[in-house]
Amino acid sequence: MDLAKHWRQRAARYRLEGQRNPTSGAVRFPPEPGETDWQPFALSGQGTVYSFTVVRQPPAGLAEEAPYILAMVKLAEGPMITAQLTDCDPEQITIDLPVEMVTRRLRDLGPDGLLVYGYKFRPQIS
Amino acid sequence: MQPVYIIGSGQTAVAEHWDRTAGSLAAEALQAALGPIAKHRIQALYVANALGSALHVQSQLGAAIASATGLHGAEAVAFDAAGASGGVVLRQAYLAVASGVYDLVAVVGVEKVTDVLDARLEDGLALASDADWEAVHGSTLTAQWAMLMRRYMHQYGYDAIDFAPFPVNAHANGAANPKALYRFPITAEKVRSAGAIADPLSLLDSATVADGAAVVLVASAGIAHELGSPLVRIAGSAVATDALALHGRPDPLWLGAAARSAAGALGSAGLSTGDVQVLELTDPHGIAATLALEACGFAERGVGVQLAREGAITLTGATPLATGGGCKARGDTVGANGVFQLVELTRQLRGEAGKAQVNGARVALAQCLGGIGATAATHVLVAE
Repeated sequence: MDLAKHWRQRAARYRLEGQRNPTSGAVRFPPEPGETDWQPFALSGQGTVYSFTVVRQPPAGLAEEAPYILAMVKLAEGPMITAQLTDCDPEQITIDLPVEMVTRRLRDLGPDGLLVYGYKFRPQIS
Repeated sequence: MQPVYIIGSGQTAVAEHWDRTAGSLAAEALQAALGPIAKHRIQALYVANALGSALHVQSQLGAAIASATGLHGAEAVAFDAAGASGGVVLRQAYLAVASGVYDLVAVVGVEKVTDVLDARLEDGLALASDADWEAVHGSTLTAQWAMLMRRYMHQYGYDAIDFAPFPVNAHANGAANPKALYRFPITAEKVRSAGAIADPLSLLDSATVADGAAVVLVASAGIAHELGSPLVRIAGSAVATDALALHGRPDPLWLGAAARSAAGALGSAGLSTGDVQVLELTDPHGIAATLALEACGFAERGVGVQLAREGAITLTGATPLATGGGCKARGDTVGANGVFQLVELTRQLRGEAGKAQVNGARVALAQCLGGIGATAATHVLVAE
């Protein structure tokens, strides 16, 4: 079930909350626990596509989603993250395309498990 | 530090061994490696395996493989560093012998992947990536190499077809290896026209995961000289790591751990890339070989793919690569890959590689990567 883990990651998954170092101004995502000199910092959710692919051989649990678009997104604040692109076709995607975060279901861990929600990205419309 | 030698090597065929267990594969490879050496002289057994815990729900593979190979009671332990396991284990054996604690250590790489369905295997392979920030999003290693390939093409101005000489070379060499999974040549045109497995990666630019076991025996000078066979010395050894998540690296196209471990291994051997006459890399896709060639210093950044286009990676080129077929044609045995690499390079340095022999090969380099290079192990072997 991994209940505690998904609960622990909720701020990062649901609202893209990373951390900012007040001294240096550096921003990091994902947040790392246990250090006091970094403060919670919600990222804007804006970014650009660093690269992308279409996954046709999915891992267990994602068979119904495939094919899906996977991307590395360079966030406006600096960090890069891995996420799916949604609400679009692969033909619409190019490297450097502006994208924005949306919240979607990531995983259905079965009848006894969780529905895991989190960030995906779509071509910028706002 | 005592000098350390590889005094024996053996391998099973890489195949879909439906009727075999990991233990029986390991036993076959060990028997082939032992030759005239009495089994009871092995003082420790180090096992390289990446997927046993995930696919077979079985830990303690050290004990399991010791029993299966008839080494009941011996010191035995398994190491997991995903695709880097083989090299990481060789380093442990190297340290044990170099320190003088042991005179003979068996390094066993074994992987049994065909007992589960494809989706579960993809899941197992994805364990090499960051579970919380990559795998949960449906990321797979194949998808990550594909993203690096697209970025590389974008950044340096190449087409997908430019990478085709890597699988073409691997298959040309694999055709001469009786232990290879695929023993037939392919053409660049076939690579181009095959479907995409993860765009822009062609199905024929993607290794197939299969079962197999490989063994090398690592020994002190005393035992090595006792045998009187051609000597292969481990002249350099280094392991390095990088951020687990690919997106967590300053420049994802730069395999930092590969670079550091290659520099460390070559440095400790007192050699440079120009001295290396034959090499094995983690090359499930042309992009993987390209980035490793650049990280190791065989090519400047952005031109690694040209080594393949110009024929430098062929048997008669300056940097012969994948002489046993590499991950693509020999078959991808994940945690055992690093040991299969050593078996191939030992054959090369002993002049036993037959049709795939690189003439006069005296210095070889083996590098294996865990995942997209979060762990990298590099060894330099020298014929004495």
